[in-house]
Amino acid sequence: MKNFLNKYFPYFFLSPALILLLLFSIFPIIVALLISFTDAGVTGLADWSQIHFIGVQNFKEIFSDPVFFQSIRNTLFYVIIGVPLVVVISMGLAIAINFGENRFFRAFRVVFYAPSVTNVVAVAVIWAFLYNPYGFFNFVLGIFHIPPIGWLQDTSIAKISLIVLALWRGVGTNMLIFLAAVSGIPKEYYEAASLDGATLRDQIFHITVPSLKFATFFVSVTSLIGWLQFFDEPFVMTNGGPLNSTMSISLFIYHNGFQLSRFGYAAAGSFVLFVAIIIVTLVMFRIQGKENQL
Amino acid sequence: MIITKKQAKVYKIILGIFLLLAAVFTLLPIVWMLLSSVKSQTELMQFPPTILPKNITFENFVQLFTQMNFVQYLLNTLIVVFWSFFGMFLSAGAGYAFAKFNFKGRRFLFYLVLATMMIPGQVTMIPVYLLLNAIGLTNTMTGVVLPGLVGAFSIFLFRQFMSGISTEMLEAARLEGASEWTIFWRIIIPVSKPILAVQGILTFIAGWNSFLWPLIIANDQNKYTLSVGLQLLKGQYTANYGLQMAGSAFMVIPIIIVYMIFQKYFLEGFNVSGMK
Repeated sequence: MKNFLNKYFPYFFLSPALILLLLFSIFPIIVALLISFTDAGVTGLADWSQIHFIGVQNFKEIFSDPVFFQSIRNTLFYVIIGVPLVVVISMGLAIAINFGENRFFRAFRVVFYAPSVTNVVAVAVIWAFLYNPYGFFNFVLGIFHIPPIGWLQDTSIAKISLIVLALWRGVGTNMLIFLAAVSGIPKEYYEAASLDGATLRDQIFHITVPSLKFATFFVSVTSLIGWLQFFDEPFVMTNGGPLNSTMSISLFIYHNGFQLSRFGYAAAGSFVLFVAIIIVTLVMFRIQGKENQL
Repeated sequence: MIITKKQAKVYKIILGIFLLLAAVFTLLPIVWMLLSSVKSQTELMQFPPTILPKNITFENFVQLFTQMNFVQYLLNTLIVVFWSFFGMFLSAGAGYAFAKFNFKGRRFLFYLVLATMMIPGQVTMIPVYLLLNAIGLTNTMTGVVLPGLVGAFSIFLFRQFMSGISTEMLEAARLEGASEWTIFWRIIIPVSKPILAVQGILTFIAGWNSFLWPLIIANDQNKYTLSVGLQLLKGQYTANYGLQMAGSAFMVIPIIIVYMIFQKYFLEGFNVSGMK
């Protein structure tokens, strides 16, 4: 009996977690795909006979929906600006903090991670005040006689304001990942380099940065996936406005699914997002694989 | 980094000043929130705004608990946090199985777990809602808690850490006749303290902050978590900044305290570079 138990022990330990993941992550994808070919809506919730198969109708409609295109454009904007900024800022902070090597510098670890633990709704309350037309940021600008900026009201600036907020919230975690990697680089590398007369700049760009390859890859992939799913900030701060200028794909899906109760249509949108994420992730792994061969 | 001592000192001062400025910008919103939460409503309406509160008052916090349903929200949030910790041990078990056992399908199952990290929440959101609706779990605490119980990232971090535990030690325990169950609870869990600390705080943060899913699944105010309650407050008391700030401060302070206590473990826990 004991032998039997020990033999199946790993499965026994895996199964609760695996069953939950299958039930709430893998299986829903299949359901989402099925729903995307139907007109499932709020009436279908109570009575499944109200759900009809409508083929690729949802996909046809979504690809001619101007709001969906706007949300794709906005999401690309978030990704293109957001991902490089996350990587550069969090790596820069990690290198700077590690350079100090004393208590004063270590304290910054706690400081920069602090926004990551704050609640998104609480953050929205605080930043809504900072971004208010009569709020703190415009008050500070006023001191320097700079005219007020429509942080969340101006269609061209609102996206940037949300990116600033997301960076404030998101850099901390990635900084810790880089910090763990930076502190793992052997000291001998730097000693050898400085004996050869390498300047600090050389040491950073020829030793530190290349040694952070895996951490950079990890942070890039997770940030990329994160920004493609950008949701919290536009949801709590602008709800997609003004004039859909901050609407992301995720927010578009949420709107159609849970506010307009168009489950089928929203599922079609979510599938487009899912395919985009898979393609982008595979491309990233491809690039990483190629580099490793060199 | 090795350079002359004098150079290093100059760089350190420049970097220190730069980091200090960045830190001020980072902390400004949080400090401002804490200060505002103890200001009176009239003081908050003043222009130009005051930085330090003139008279410290806790009326905003009192109002939060007497006029709003915050006690119920707090209770619900604590239920979510409790079950998240239960889920963390399920993830730890899975991480251990992946790290220290050779079994059929190990690679496949591990990649399957990693793949779930790529699935956007927005894809599973609607099907999971329909699923829970079909079995009558919408608007219940079970429905709030169940879908988020285990996470792929958490399993991944546990596996990373537990791969480093010496196999000889486990073999020795097995020769002594210890059961697998004993090994897990008496050896693996105590040795894994650093990663448990990190996961524990991440679990606490996630549970305490849980927002979107409770918002979707709970229709009844009695099932709201703190975040959802705060969102409600934000919509209803748009002009009452003091109350909003007190609500926000109440959500943020416990987390900052927990984080300060456990932060020394964090660097170790985030070390993903050993991944192969």
